[in-house]
Amino acid sequence: MTSGTGPRGRPGAGRGLPERGLLLLLVLVLLEGSVVFPLGAASSPDVDPRGHSEDRAVAEESQNYSKKAFPVLSLDYHHIHVPFEIALWVLLASLMKLGFHLIPRLSSIVPESCLLIVVGLLVGGFIKLAGEKVPPVLDSQSFFLCLLPPIILDAGYFLPIRPFMENLGTILMFAVVGTLWNAFFVGGLLYAVCQIQPGNPSDLHNLELLPCLLFASIISAVDPVAVLAVFEEIHINELLHILVFGESLLNDAVTVVLYHLFEEYSGAGTVTILDGVLGVISFLVVALGGVLVGAIYGFLAAFTSRFTSHVRVIEPLFVFVYSYMAYLSAEMFHLSGIMALIACGAVMRPYVEANISHKSHTTIKYFLKMWSSVSETLIFIFLGVATVDGPHSWNWTFVTVTVLLCLVSRVIGVIGLTFVINKFRIVKLTTKDQFIVAYGGLRGAIAFSLGFLLEEKHFPMRDMFLTAIITVIFFTVFVQGMTIKPLVELLAVKKKQEAKRTINEEIHTQFLDHLLTGIEDICGHYGHHHWKDKLNRINKKYVKKCLIADERGREPQLIAFYHKMEMKQAIELVESGGGFKPPSALPSTVSMQNIQPKKPAAAKPVQRALPQLPKGREEEIRTILRSNLQRTRQRLRSYNRHTLVADPYEEGFSDFIIKKQKIIELEKKIIHMNNLTLPAAPPDSPTLCRARLASGTETDFKPAQQQKGKQSSPDPQAYRPKRDSVPTIQVDLASPQSPDSVNLMDEFRANGSRREEEEDQGLTMRPRGEDGRREQLTRCLSDPGPSADEDEDEPFLP
Amino acid sequence: MEAPFRFDQQTCLCTTPLSVSAYYSAQNTRLEASEKRTKGSKINISLEQIKNLHKRFQQLSGDEDTISKENLESIPTLANNPIRKQIIGAFFDKRNQHRGEAGSCDQIGFEQFLMVMSHFRPPTLKMTAEEKEAMRREKLRFLFNMHDTDNDGTITLVEYRKVVEELLSKSGSIGQEAAEAIADAAMLEVASTNVPTMGPDDFYEGITFEHFEQILKGLEMESRMHIRFLDVDTTTMRCGKSTS
Repeated sequence: MTSGTGPRGRPGAGRGLPERGLLLLLVLVLLEGSVVFPLGAASSPDVDPRGHSEDRAVAEESQNYSKKAFPVLSLDYHHIHVPFEIALWVLLASLMKLGFHLIPRLSSIVPESCLLIVVGLLVGGFIKLAGEKVPPVLDSQSFFLCLLPPIILDAGYFLPIRPFMENLGTILMFAVVGTLWNAFFVGGLLYAVCQIQPGNPSDLHNLELLPCLLFASIISAVDPVAVLAVFEEIHINELLHILVFGESLLNDAVTVVLYHLFEEYSGAGTVTILDGVLGVISFLVVALGGVLVGAIYGFLAAFTSRFTSHVRVIEPLFVFVYSYMAYLSAEMFHLSGIMALIACGAVMRPYVEANISHKSHTTIKYFLKMWSSVSETLIFIFLGVATVDGPHSWNWTFVTVTVLLCLVSRVIGVIGLTFVINKFRIVKLTTKDQFIVAYGGLRGAIAFSLGFLLEEKHFPMRDMFLTAIITVIFFTVFVQGMTIKPLVELLAVKKKQEAKRTINEEIHTQFLDHLLTGIEDICGHYGHHHWKDKLNRINKKYVKKCLIADERGREPQLIAFYHKMEMKQAIELVESGGGFKPPSALPSTVSMQNIQPKKPAAAKPVQRALPQLPKGREEEIRTILRSNLQRTRQRLRSYNRHTLVADPYEEGFSDFIIKKQKIIELEKKIIHMNNLTLPAAPPDSPTLCRARLASGTETDFKPAQQQKGKQSSPDPQAYRPKRDSVPTIQVDLASPQSPDSVNLMDEFRANGSRREEEEDQGLTMRPRGEDGRREQLTRCLSDPGPSADEDEDEPFLP
Repeated sequence: MEAPFRFDQQTCLCTTPLSVSAYYSAQNTRLEASEKRTKGSKINISLEQIKNLHKRFQQLSGDEDTISKENLESIPTLANNPIRKQIIGAFFDKRNQHRGEAGSCDQIGFEQFLMVMSHFRPPTLKMTAEEKEAMRREKLRFLFNMHDTDNDGTITLVEYRKVVEELLSKSGSIGQEAAEAIADAAMLEVASTNVPTMGPDDFYEGITFEHFEQILKGLEMESRMHIRFLDVDTTTMRCGKSTS
């Protein structure tokens, strides 16, 4: 049976690929559903100790023994059922994710989270239809220990520190005071409503204040998973995003404390003032303790990554394991695990990133994204399944009042808090902002799991609570989640700028930081900038020295940014296919020569040494290049379990890329030369121009280009000849058989008519000195050189 | 609290129409006048802030009426600032005094000091879009003037290189090596965003103010370039000077 289900799942996926729309998706769901419920039939889920299936297995076994024949094929589903079912769920989640992206129109109307919940409902419905018990998929253990951490780590690791810190006060205000307000407002009024019910003697009267408050504290916290899922799709501006998202992360501490506090005392029945004080202390311990635990593990991770330069393969693992340890350690003491994870991720990131290799960084990025998106998908599906499953007790009054109170308290809370916060904020929150913050307060699976955790015997109303929680979650995710996008459009709330950060912005961000620090110093006012500056200096002076192995990792932020940008563009260049497309979006023809100040040197004719290759020589170079190219490929292919690539290229990854591209270009160039074609000049690539400047030494080159008047193309200086790993081809000028195959560029341009004549008299080169000449020539030969524009000038080669 | 307030016209080297305040005798009326006048020139700094700043001013100048470059240079916390020279220079730059003059002066009085400080005031919620825009331009102009040292209306490559060099001046030799490359890259970026099609023989002379505005659009200068005057209190004020 099991062998049958696997293949049945696959064709479903295959058929889904041609975009046949919703219908096929439903088929897929059906298939998946049918996959799931026979499994449920085969082995009853975790709650139920495996009853009949075990019996069957035993029976089978005894049958085998009685026959005394060797079982050629035996079935032991029970043996694998747990991992198998987990794998099936993950597969379902991934296929769903895949499916939604095949139907772009659907996902533009309905947020993914809603669709996933619907899928969960359907799957749960099928399981129910099959008459099986639905597995308690969203039980608190698996949720808090497996599903939640990846999402939070992803959020923490990629937390935009700057906006987060700049708005920390506001975020804390919303997270702490706002959540407290929500909890007490909803709890109190809910209790009041339960009491006033004239002439309707329902069991709501039995509800006491503390369970009400407990319920309210569960329901009042904004959920990071739901917020992330919705806000990522609406592309709201950075400020609002960090406000809502930061709140959802930091309110965890409040929720944890309130939850434990009320759970503890709802048995006792009363809360004294002392308990209140203890609660406040407990809150501080939970929050700060969580951050401390996270920071410790973060620093440990950073310190460990300092020594991983020889075992690059396991580098990413440290990030994950240390973070998970931080989470578990925090949970162990009932500290805020979420805050620990956030702190851990945020603390380790800058140091780890400086230490690990580029590939490890990519690995971390992808792993985190993969895990968190699968977790998120699973959580929403499970939410749907759990809804079908759960024992519900629907109470119109309770549910309606809860939903209404949640909305009202959120709105009042946000407006009231903003009023206070705006007195201190420089960038005030406008009414629109307040609306989005209030409206973005989505509830999610954390609330459900916390509710699930309640014990039936202490809380007789648990089922009603769960129903109400699910209703609130559904209301926020469906109604608010679906309408927030049109509302954002309608209100014309500022969107996130998609543009990448430019180098000018980076320069001025730094400049502004120093300027404001300086002005603060002049004012004699020790404000934010002053302390930030101090912290930065300590960080640079001591912490970085301890935690970062590589000298280069300690370079100032601006330089690091510059290098990163360079590298990114180089990679894009290569990925875009040999570098004949502009890497950036802007189709600009501006090149370095346009901005170089015209030096007096530019006026006089410049020696522009250009090699003219004789046929034999060219063939020779080509073979050298080809063999080189092949060798790098081979080196890449060689597989080793412990290292990814043969060593020299691992470090100089960018060099490697640029080099590879150069080789390809040179090959092209040679081909062009042979075919006597005049290729169009390639669009200018800023990277390479920048890179050329980076080498810094060849000032004599730039005027040459200016003279030539061609726009610059990918050119030799992009690639620094000083690196050892580079194959350079030495051409000995002194040797007789190497012809003086060099001409002068500008001479050429000046009178193209003289070409034949020039060819006759041979090609000459007039550099200033022997050293200079050799350097220039080797540079030209070792690199592909300014390919296209040179081509244009060399059509007279036979 | 009651700091002595002497404002003598004789010692005020930067003659300004604003220095009429010297004729006022009572210190508060004088400060209020200051406030009025600064309000007149669209500077919204409250009296309280002016008082605080004035205290600081006297502290820095050693109870003189004017302040010199040396006074500012001696602030110990400023010593670590990589762009210290430019910051101090900005205070003595006449372009930042709203008087349509160029060049720099050796000493400035309190009102000029206020003028420069006023570039760092935060926007308010009540501001209209135009006011915000004006404020943004004013702040950008301040930055632009800091870069454009020769006051020719453009930031040339040489000037820009200098800026980046200064910015990286505290980071040792790596900084110096990279500075030029970064400045060039940045300049190239400016040129290609603003003048996307350039002939091969064209020459991009430098960043004009319009281009400068264009490239820093994303930074939301009007809200970012500010410090909290309000928090300036007398206890922390001492730290800067007296601990030296």
